[in-house]
Amino acid sequence: MSKKIKITPEVVKEHGLSEGEYEIILDRLGREPNINELGIFSVMWSEHCSYKSSRRHLGKFLTTGKRVIQGPGENAGVIDIGDNHAIIFKMESHNHPSYIEPYQGAATGVGGIMRDVFTMGARPIANMNALRFGEPSHPKTKSLVAGVVAGIGGYGNCVGVPTVGGETNFHAGYNGNILVNAMCVGLADQDKVFYSAAKGAGNPVFYVGSKTGRDGIHGATMASAEFDDDSEEKRPTVQVGDPFTEKLLIEACMELMATDAIIGIQDMGAAGLTSSSVEMADKGGVGIEINLDKVPQRETEMTPYEMMLSESQERMLMVLKPGKEQLAFDIFNKWELDVAQIGKTTDTGRLVLKHKRKTVCDIPIAPLGDDAPNLDRPHVPTPQRDVLAASDARPPTDYNDAMLKIMSCPDVASKRWIWEQYDRHVMADTMDSSQSGGDAAIVRVHGTNKAVAITTDCTPRYCYADPVEGGRQVVAETYRNLCSVGAEPIAITDCLNFGNPERPEIMGQFVGCVEGMNEACRALDYPVVSGNVSLYNETNGVAIPPTPAVGGVGLIDDVEKHATLAGAKAGDTLVLIGKTEGWLGSSLYGREVLGHERPDVALFYAPPPVDLASEKAAGAYVRRLIRDRRVTAVHDCSDGGLAVSAAEMAFSSGQGTSLKGHGDVPLHAWLFGEDQGRYLLAVDENSVNPVISTAQSKGLEARIVGKVGGDNVSADGAYDLTLSKLKDANEGWLPGFMAETA
Amino acid sequence: MRTAVIVFPASNCDRDAQSALAKITGRDPIMVWHRETELPDVDFVVIPGGFSYGDYLRSGAIAARSEIISDLKKKVEKGLPVAGFCNGFQVLTEAGILPGALMRNKSLKYICKPQPLTIVNSKSRFTTGYNGQKDVTFPIAHHDGNYYADKKTIDRLEKNGQVVFRYNGNPNGSINDIAGITNEAGNVLGMMPHPERAVDPLHGGTDGIELFKSVLGAL
Repeated sequence: MSKKIKITPEVVKEHGLSEGEYEIILDRLGREPNINELGIFSVMWSEHCSYKSSRRHLGKFLTTGKRVIQGPGENAGVIDIGDNHAIIFKMESHNHPSYIEPYQGAATGVGGIMRDVFTMGARPIANMNALRFGEPSHPKTKSLVAGVVAGIGGYGNCVGVPTVGGETNFHAGYNGNILVNAMCVGLADQDKVFYSAAKGAGNPVFYVGSKTGRDGIHGATMASAEFDDDSEEKRPTVQVGDPFTEKLLIEACMELMATDAIIGIQDMGAAGLTSSSVEMADKGGVGIEINLDKVPQRETEMTPYEMMLSESQERMLMVLKPGKEQLAFDIFNKWELDVAQIGKTTDTGRLVLKHKRKTVCDIPIAPLGDDAPNLDRPHVPTPQRDVLAASDARPPTDYNDAMLKIMSCPDVASKRWIWEQYDRHVMADTMDSSQSGGDAAIVRVHGTNKAVAITTDCTPRYCYADPVEGGRQVVAETYRNLCSVGAEPIAITDCLNFGNPERPEIMGQFVGCVEGMNEACRALDYPVVSGNVSLYNETNGVAIPPTPAVGGVGLIDDVEKHATLAGAKAGDTLVLIGKTEGWLGSSLYGREVLGHERPDVALFYAPPPVDLASEKAAGAYVRRLIRDRRVTAVHDCSDGGLAVSAAEMAFSSGQGTSLKGHGDVPLHAWLFGEDQGRYLLAVDENSVNPVISTAQSKGLEARIVGKVGGDNVSADGAYDLTLSKLKDANEGWLPGFMAETA
Repeated sequence: MRTAVIVFPASNCDRDAQSALAKITGRDPIMVWHRETELPDVDFVVIPGGFSYGDYLRSGAIAARSEIISDLKKKVEKGLPVAGFCNGFQVLTEAGILPGALMRNKSLKYICKPQPLTIVNSKSRFTTGYNGQKDVTFPIAHHDGNYYADKKTIDRLEKNGQVVFRYNGNPNGSINDIAGITNEAGNVLGMMPHPERAVDPLHGGTDGIELFKSVLGAL
């Protein structure tokens, strides 16, 4: 691309810039930009980098708390887990690339999120992922599942970070836009946390990692537009991952970080060299000058435009203290990584790029951030749905069939086929993972007696029916997941996946979900410390269901005092904490058994309300029971209600479970209702009375609902199935689906 | 009791091996970078799992040509006990220290799960501590664990008691369900399962402890 390219209105439009935005550029530069400068403004002001549709709403989130060291705004969030340890974590989407090229899209999503974490000085200790695919009958679904799973495994397994958990849903709403949200959790020393600000003029700027190629140019812009039938043509904008280089990069960065050489460091993610250099300079209040001839290049004749917009993977940018150059060269050479000093910081506040002895870009840095569009898009709330009274929802014609159907439906069915392709144990600290079907993964803090608990969750059907209530619920469910294993919930990261924000009803879903999430964060003292937004998840005008995925992290003080599902033993009593009215609106029972979502039925009812005060009280109580060893197993009640919860406990412990009815609630609503804020506990016979009476003294509802033991999973007057039959149904769906030939 | 772990670029179970050896011997192992030309004076060497060189070319093929391997071969001939787990097993076969090769799993998929095994030879230097216990469970986590060798080699391995572990429920298509073998002298063990991930009740169980105690106790 020659510098002679004339900046016509068409060129401006191709760069995704509006006329008004282009006017601002002309004003700030006092002249017409050249193509390189236009490209830089274009990516910095893209939805993906500038959060122009979401920024004003995200600003409302609770982002501080007693354990928050760094909230949103850095590469990842940082929390304090005591003893000078910090946990650094973030979740990020790689949706658009994964739909176009599932293996590489998912692999580079995992690579990118790990870089966000180790760039801050943390060794990644666990990966999670939240995946959403189209309906199983859609012709692309199977190959997308196979590709995404292989990509996540191929990258994470090679780098040697355990993939410890996640969630996978299937729904027609994702037929044209799958969601691949990857989360990484890392461990650092609090006095060795690194930030991105490039403070001070005259400091050397270093490039390390892979060479720059022509891959992924304009990936950030791709993630800022809808798909249409020609999306396959965007394949060249998907990047290719190299986990081997990533592993070397982690080790080399850790080695350099152990010295005092680094002033600022950032990975080159979306919009590559552009966003990393601009953001580092902007945060440090300095200018930056780069000689593009020094950038390690994989291809010949690359133009400045291509180098600045390339999204080649496994690259980092760092600003070092003067005099530390040789130290850096030695370390990166040892790890056989490309390393180059490509420029220096300046006191001009400008981004200056040189190429073949010419200046090819000279623009002020501040407007790239300060003047980025901050839109107040129109939004309309989702209309209120009717409440479905339990008595208005019919019971199943055959409870055994209903139970088998729910336990083998794609959302509840075992995801073993997926997680057996992930190394869950590498690094020697995984205490609990997908393997046990628990509510949260547990990873020990290496060499200590404490552990972090990690979960991801989202119930899109609730968010679709009522974004505000759904937003509250997703935060509350992750809180519950962490409490279920005995962890103190500390903070969350989020990945907000929505359709086209230019449509007021979609923007209304976004605003509603953020409002509900924020309410829950504040009520539960559970702040947001990092996250990302993925909009335009829409194909040919059909948007995905609103999907604000949340990743929660909590702390277990003493590894001996945690709970899983597996601990339930024969003779234990099942106790339910929390109130049950039998809420069937937006339930799995409604969808799978009553067919509420079928196009010819299309009944959407209000989702279960979340009582945040009792959520907090129930969580505290369950954590205390685990600490005091008053329970043998804990599981939250979520999708599919009490029935699914008791069945899953049976799968994990190998013991049958039998439930009894509740006189005041219709049987099917009692078993399958999805009332929130509930936990199913397995309690030793001798502890039952104190567990119930103490709960009641705290204003919590608690009642005996059944027993552990025997070979069957049953509920009085409803279903009675052998554990093995039910487990076969639950385990069989996904491998069967993946083995089918089209 | 001194031990060492050889570290290649993108070895990634080096920490797993380090933790296990430290726990069992009470002393941190020496971590040896692959560019070293001489192994330190130790009693036992572990070649850890992982994806040395990204598994590029073939699993273990590039690592098997590292500088440290010549000294390793010399010391193996003098009887130094060595164990390679997972990628370490692949490196040992690629280096010609153990016979055979590890091909892609029959399912073509990476597989990670607790794997029941049968101890076939309880008199090997790596299994005496099990006192005749036949069944153990170690985690497996690999993509290329499908053990293959020609018939003559397999017959020889079987006859000499060099097959030490067999899968109980073959996960990857290995000939004769072979999970782990030794060299003819019996001082080198290669196996796809991870005993070093089974030394902690909170992480993978404890069935691996006796393997390390066997080899270290026999010294």
